[in-house]
Amino acid sequence: MSEIKTFEIDFGKVHSERMRLNVGPQHPSTHGVLRLEVELEGEIVTEVVPHIGYLHRCFEKHAENMTYPQVIPYIDRMDYIAAMNNELPYVMGMEKLLDIKVNERIEYIRVICAELNRIANHQLAVATFGLDSGAFTPFLFLFRDREMIITLFERLSGGRLLYNYFWIGGLMHEVPPNFEEDCRAIIKQVRATNAETMNLLIYNKIFIERTANVGILPADVAVNFACSGPVIRGSGVPYDIRKTEPYSIYDRFDFNVCVGRGEVGTVGDCWDRNIVRMEEMEESCKIIEQALEQMPKEPCDVREFVPKRIKPPKGEFYSKAENPKGELGFYIISDGGLKPTRVRSRATSFVNLSVLPEISKGYMVADLIMILGSLDIVLGEIDR
Amino acid sequence: MEMEHTNFVYDLIGTNTIAYILLALLPMLFLLPYALVAILGELKISAWIQERLGPMRTGWKGVLQPLAEVVKLLQKEDITPSAVNKPLFNLAPFVMFAGAYAAYAVIPFSSVFIPSGINIGLFYVFAVSAFGVIAIVMGGWASNNKYSLLGAMRAASQMISYEIPIAVTILAIATLAGSLDMQTIIVKQGGGFWNWNLFGGPGGIAKLWVIPFTIILFVVYFVGSLAEINRVPFDIPEGESEIVAGYHTEYSGMKFAMFFFAEYSNMFIVSAIITVLFLGGWQSPFGDFLNGPIWQSLWFVSKAMIFVFMQIWIRWTLPRLRVDQLMHVTWKVMLPISFVAFFAVALWAMLSV
Repeated sequence: MSEIKTFEIDFGKVHSERMRLNVGPQHPSTHGVLRLEVELEGEIVTEVVPHIGYLHRCFEKHAENMTYPQVIPYIDRMDYIAAMNNELPYVMGMEKLLDIKVNERIEYIRVICAELNRIANHQLAVATFGLDSGAFTPFLFLFRDREMIITLFERLSGGRLLYNYFWIGGLMHEVPPNFEEDCRAIIKQVRATNAETMNLLIYNKIFIERTANVGILPADVAVNFACSGPVIRGSGVPYDIRKTEPYSIYDRFDFNVCVGRGEVGTVGDCWDRNIVRMEEMEESCKIIEQALEQMPKEPCDVREFVPKRIKPPKGEFYSKAENPKGELGFYIISDGGLKPTRVRSRATSFVNLSVLPEISKGYMVADLIMILGSLDIVLGEIDR
Repeated sequence: MEMEHTNFVYDLIGTNTIAYILLALLPMLFLLPYALVAILGELKISAWIQERLGPMRTGWKGVLQPLAEVVKLLQKEDITPSAVNKPLFNLAPFVMFAGAYAAYAVIPFSSVFIPSGINIGLFYVFAVSAFGVIAIVMGGWASNNKYSLLGAMRAASQMISYEIPIAVTILAIATLAGSLDMQTIIVKQGGGFWNWNLFGGPGGIAKLWVIPFTIILFVVYFVGSLAEINRVPFDIPEGESEIVAGYHTEYSGMKFAMFFFAEYSNMFIVSAIITVLFLGGWQSPFGDFLNGPIWQSLWFVSKAMIFVFMQIWIRWTLPRLRVDQLMHVTWKVMLPISFVAFFAVALWAMLSV
């Protein structure tokens, strides 16, 4: 028989403490120069404080020293992923203020450009979201297609990222001759790649494991934080300005508002926010197809209504539109002069980012990155 | 059951010190060209998967690109951050590589060539592969970087977890073959691919019922080996989008190259072990057809390279798991499954004796 021995091991004084980790501003997946001050308990996130301002370029102050048309290139630089969509609310608002009615064809071209840019934005959002989860191949597939849209925009405006294409009262140029065929080719390619992405990434078991039931944003919290775009629609709230308060000519098209249904997890998780973007690409394709059908075929003088000298009457207005990331609004005060007194923008990403500390507590570091990716922020818009 | 190992180096120059040194260096002669081929494979296969061309400028179709990358890494400045623990920081890459290289001592490239024919080859491989954990924790801790620390802790927990299902798998094959010796395991699988352990080892029609279990063991080992060498979908210790580069965040130049080299070396080792355990090692798939010593090494390397290719293929296809999900897969899925398969295989081994 062996005798029983007891051992006493002195481990010394063990104490644990929480770790403060700076994620960013130089980090592969903060989508720009965002710094997240994260407090960790092991790998569990207990607190997140986003620090912004690394890309602050004084857009609003600059705009006060510019004439009204000169503001547009600055607006491009806000959400540089979807510059066309940024220009739209400003241009529409100015036209309302100046009482300009542009002709039909210009409206259709604007809608087509905005929807193409929405597709490009969502492609980038889904691609980088996949990249955050470690899938590199769908990223390149989606970027290959985004290239087609960017190339089309380059032929329209000369710029690949920042277009300055929508002018107050018109457009910079008439569209190139085979614009319609190009759009149809893009739609065909986008649909093909989306089907592939669905198989390769979205319904991948590992991807579902990583994103379903992670970062759940309940509908009431989303409303309280004034979220918009795919973030609020992912939570099941069918809020889309294109449908709720139709602007431009959006009331003429037949499209659905995509909402998160909690197909693989809970309503409002990261997977839902992502699938909303995937489905919206298809809806955008439908809008573009309808717009191409309805568009007046005869080329027109797109600068016909562009005023020589923009001097709006004294007053103020708020104009908003559905950016790919959500509601983008401009509040402009005019004192009757050549320059705006104040241009204030309601930046979508800024509002959507504010919900991050609320929904990321208690998840792991890897989840925090996925939640941030699912919010689809652009730092150019947050810092302005 | 003991087996005499013939080793062509001993046959040529006898059992002396020079022979030992030669045997220690011979795997390096394989490893260096292999690493270049594997890096080129990684570049070109990823390009093929992603509809790109990959490197095209260095040499014909970019075949010299790995060489250029090695030269680049060699001549880069070797930065040692001031806040690190210098001895550990500098030692870690070498420990990592030593562990990776030590495993080559028992890799049987051919019936006449195994650097060291010890009779507990499988246990030896299992033991030295754990060196990597020490190196990773050393590097991660000494870097004095929070991301490195997180990566090191993840690596330690991951590797320890994944060694258990792998150990059960190895145990099952050892039971089936009745030996822990690499050459014995391989010799037992001779006579055609239907005698491979993947298909239940040698045996009559009665072995049919055990084939599903050996295939399960094969899958468990392959998944576990992916985790052991930190490849996607288990590249959590170096998860780029989360913790920058994990334990080797602070490494640069040659020290980074050592980690890199060790990773590619490990890729081959786990592929070689899976070949030995399940695919008959250096045995020709067609019995005695093309089964000479030189052919054997060709068979062995090509079988192992299939798995290296699969690792690369998986890497560029799948997303990454989260650390707790990885633990779930190990402890709650792979471990019970491997135990069941082990019992089945052990029963078969007992009945067929």
